[in-house]
Amino acid sequence: MNILVYLLPVALTLGLIGLAGFLWALRSGQYNDVEGAALRVLSDDDVT
Amino acid sequence: MSVTMPETVDLSLYAKAGVGGTCDMDLAVEGITCGACIGRIENAVRALPGVTEARLNYTNRRLHVAWADGALEPAAIVRALADNGYRGHPFVPMRAEQEEAAEARRLTRCMAVAGFATMNVMLLSVSVWSGNVSDITPETRDFFHWASALIALPAAAYAGRPFFASAWQALRARSLNMNVPISLGVILALGMSIVETANHAEHAYFDSALMLLFFLLVGRALDHAMRRKTRAVAGNLAALRAGTAHRFAGDELVTVPVAALNSGDRLLVKPGERVPADGIVQGGTSEIDDSLITGETARRKVSAGATIYAGSLNYSGALTLKVTATGGTALIDEIETLLEKAAGAKSRAMRLADRAARFYAPVVHTAAALTLAGWLLAGASAHDAIIIAIAVLIITCPCALALAIPAVQVVASGALFRAGILLNAGDAIERLAEVDTVVFDKTGTLTLPEPHLLNAAAVDPALLQRAARLALTSRHPLAMAVAREVTLRVPFDGAVEEPGEGVRAVVDGTEARLGSAAFCGMPQQAPSDDAGVSTICFRHGAATASFAVSQKLRADAVAVVAALRQRGLDIHILSGDREAAVAPVAQALGITQWRGGLKPADKIAAIEAMKAQGRRVLMVGDGLNDAPALAAAHVSLSPIAAADMTQAQADAVFLGERLGPVTDAIAIARRARRLMMENLWIAAVYNAIAVPIAIAGLVTPLIAAVAMSGSSILVTVNALRASRGAGERP
Repeated sequence: MNILVYLLPVALTLGLIGLAGFLWALRSGQYNDVEGAALRVLSDDDVT
Repeated sequence: MSVTMPETVDLSLYAKAGVGGTCDMDLAVEGITCGACIGRIENAVRALPGVTEARLNYTNRRLHVAWADGALEPAAIVRALADNGYRGHPFVPMRAEQEEAAEARRLTRCMAVAGFATMNVMLLSVSVWSGNVSDITPETRDFFHWASALIALPAAAYAGRPFFASAWQALRARSLNMNVPISLGVILALGMSIVETANHAEHAYFDSALMLLFFLLVGRALDHAMRRKTRAVAGNLAALRAGTAHRFAGDELVTVPVAALNSGDRLLVKPGERVPADGIVQGGTSEIDDSLITGETARRKVSAGATIYAGSLNYSGALTLKVTATGGTALIDEIETLLEKAAGAKSRAMRLADRAARFYAPVVHTAAALTLAGWLLAGASAHDAIIIAIAVLIITCPCALALAIPAVQVVASGALFRAGILLNAGDAIERLAEVDTVVFDKTGTLTLPEPHLLNAAAVDPALLQRAARLALTSRHPLAMAVAREVTLRVPFDGAVEEPGEGVRAVVDGTEARLGSAAFCGMPQQAPSDDAGVSTICFRHGAATASFAVSQKLRADAVAVVAALRQRGLDIHILSGDREAAVAPVAQALGITQWRGGLKPADKIAAIEAMKAQGRRVLMVGDGLNDAPALAAAHVSLSPIAAADMTQAQADAVFLGERLGPVTDAIAIARRARRLMMENLWIAAVYNAIAVPIAIAGLVTPLIAAVAMSGSSILVTVNALRASRGAGERP
C-alpha cells in the first residue's frame, strides 16, 4: 500500500491543475459570453 | 422624411478615459438576430478610424469599444451601427450591476473550490467506507483521513466564507438566519472529524461538511446567475429608454443624452417628442399630454411660464424649455414626501426562509443539547455523548431546508423572465403569491401608453392604408396613431409636412391630405364630448375619412381582468384621470369598484384603507402619480413604459403591450409559493426520519452522505416544477 503515498499527491496535483485552470478561465473573462463563444467558433473571418 | 439640419450629437458623457490615452464606451445593441451579427458589428466598428478594440458580448447584447483619445467622435460609433441596421444605445454600467457581477464571480470561485474538494474527499471516503467492511488497515484509514483533512480544511475555510460572514453578521445583530445552523454544522463536523482522526476512529465527516457547502453554493451561484441575467436585460432596456434632448449651445442645437442635462439648460422640445426634463416653458405654445405624470388624458395647453414634467408628450408646437433642478416643482416635491412616508410605513414582510430558520434553528439546537444530556444520563462516556450530539447537528444541517426556497426562486424567476417579467426585488415572488386584491391604474396601465386609433374597423381598409402610409411622414402623435395601422412601412415619395396643419402628398395623381379638418377641406366637427378623444381627418380626391384617436385598452385587458377575477382576486381601479374618462373603461372591463380624479395622496389613502381591512394589495401602475401608491402596496408591478421614478419603486417590471404578464406573475408566484411550502415539508419529513436515527447514535458518515444528497436532490427536482406555471395562458 506504500504506492498510495506517491499516488495520492499525484492525483491531488492533477486535480489542482484542473481547478487552477478553471479559476484562470473565470478570471480572464472566458465565461462572460458563453452564447457568443459558441457562435464565434463558426465564423472564419476573425483570423486577423 | 422632412429635411432638417443635421444636428451635432454629443455622447461624450458616456466615454470613459481609460489607461494609456484611450477612451472606451459600452453600448446596448438592438437588432442582433444571429451569430453573423457578431462579425458584422465588430468589423463595422473596427473600420472606424482610431478604434483599437470592439468586442460584442452576444449573451447580454453589449458592445465594448475602445479608441485612441480624440481620434473619434463617440457618435460615429452609433452612426456606424445604424448604417448596418443596428441601434446602439450608449450607457454607463450601473454600480449595482458591477457589484453583482463581482459577487457572482466570488460565488463561482467558492463553488469551484468546494466542488473540487468534495470530489476528492468523497473519493477517499468511499475507499474508507468499503475498506471498513473489508480489510483496510487502521494505518491506511488514518492516512486517508489525514489526507481528507488536508483537502477539506483549507477548502472549507475558503468556500465557506459567504456563509460564515453572513452568520457572524446575524449573530452580532442578535438574530438567526439559515447561515447560523449551516456554519455551526460545518465547523462542528470538521472539528469533530479532526479529533476523531487523531484518535484513530473509524468515522470522519469531512465529506459531509464539504458536500453541504458545495450543494448550497451551487444553489446560490444559480440564484445569482439568474439575477444577473435579469439585471443585464433591465440595464439594456434602461439604456434604450434613456432619451436625448436638443440643447441650445449658443444658437446651435446639440443633441445630448438626458443624463448630461443640468439645471438651467435651455432645450428645444419638438412636436411628437416626450419632454426630456422637468422645466419651465420659456417660449412657444403647444398642447401637452400629461398622462404619464398625472393619468389625465385630456391635453393641457401650455405657453410661456407653464411648468412641464419629464415624460409628458408634446403634441402640436415646438417649445423652448428651461430645465429646473429636480425636486424643484410642487408635484415632484409632493410625490417625494409621499414616497418617504410610504417607505417608512412599510413593514418589511419577513422572508419565508428567515421565518423557517427562526423556527428551525432553536429546535435543532435544543434536540442536540437534549441528546447530549440524555446519553450522559444513560451512562455513556462524555466522548460518545458529544460525538452523537454533533452527529445530530450534522444530519439535521439544513441542506434541504436551505435549498428548499432558493431552488424554487431560481426556477420561478426564470419562468417569470421568459414571461416577460423582470424582478427588481428578490422576495417579490413570495409577496406576489399572497395577493388578494389587485389595484390598477387606468392610463398607461389598463390602456396603452401611446394614443391609438379607435375607429379603424369603421374606415375603408384601402383608404386607411393610404392614410397610414401618409402618416409615416409625420411626427405628430395623432398622425403616429394612424401610422400604427400601416401594413407596408413605406412613406409616400414627396410627402411634405406643414407644421401645425398636417401632411400632404400626391398619390396616384391626386393629392392626399392628412391633418386638421380645415387642412383637408372638411367641415369642422363638433368637439367630442370626451375630452380625451381627438379627431384627425384624411382626404384623397373625393374620398374622406375622419379618425378618432384616443388611449385604447390593452388588447388583452378584458381577458386578463376576467382571469384575475376567476382566481378569486378583488379588482379595483384608482385613476388620476377624470371620472368621465374612467367610467367607460371600468364598464368595458366589468369593474365596479373604481375611482377617478385621485391625487397621489388619495391613492395612498385608498390603499392604506384596503390594508387596514387586512387585504394584501398588488398595485399595477405606470404614472409618476402612482409611485407612492406602488411603494405603499404589498407588492407592485409596472409596465416597461412607466415613468423612471415609478419603475424604481416597482417590485417587478413587465415588458410588451399585453397585460397578460400580470396574470402570469400571480400564477407563477402562487405555484412557486406552493412548491416552497412543499419543499419545507419535504425537509421537515426528512428531519423527522433522520433525527431519531441520529439521536439513537446509529448515524455513520455513509448514512449522512446518502441522506443529505438524497433530500437535496428531492427538493431540487421538486423545485423544477415551478417553471411550468409560465405556460398557462389565461
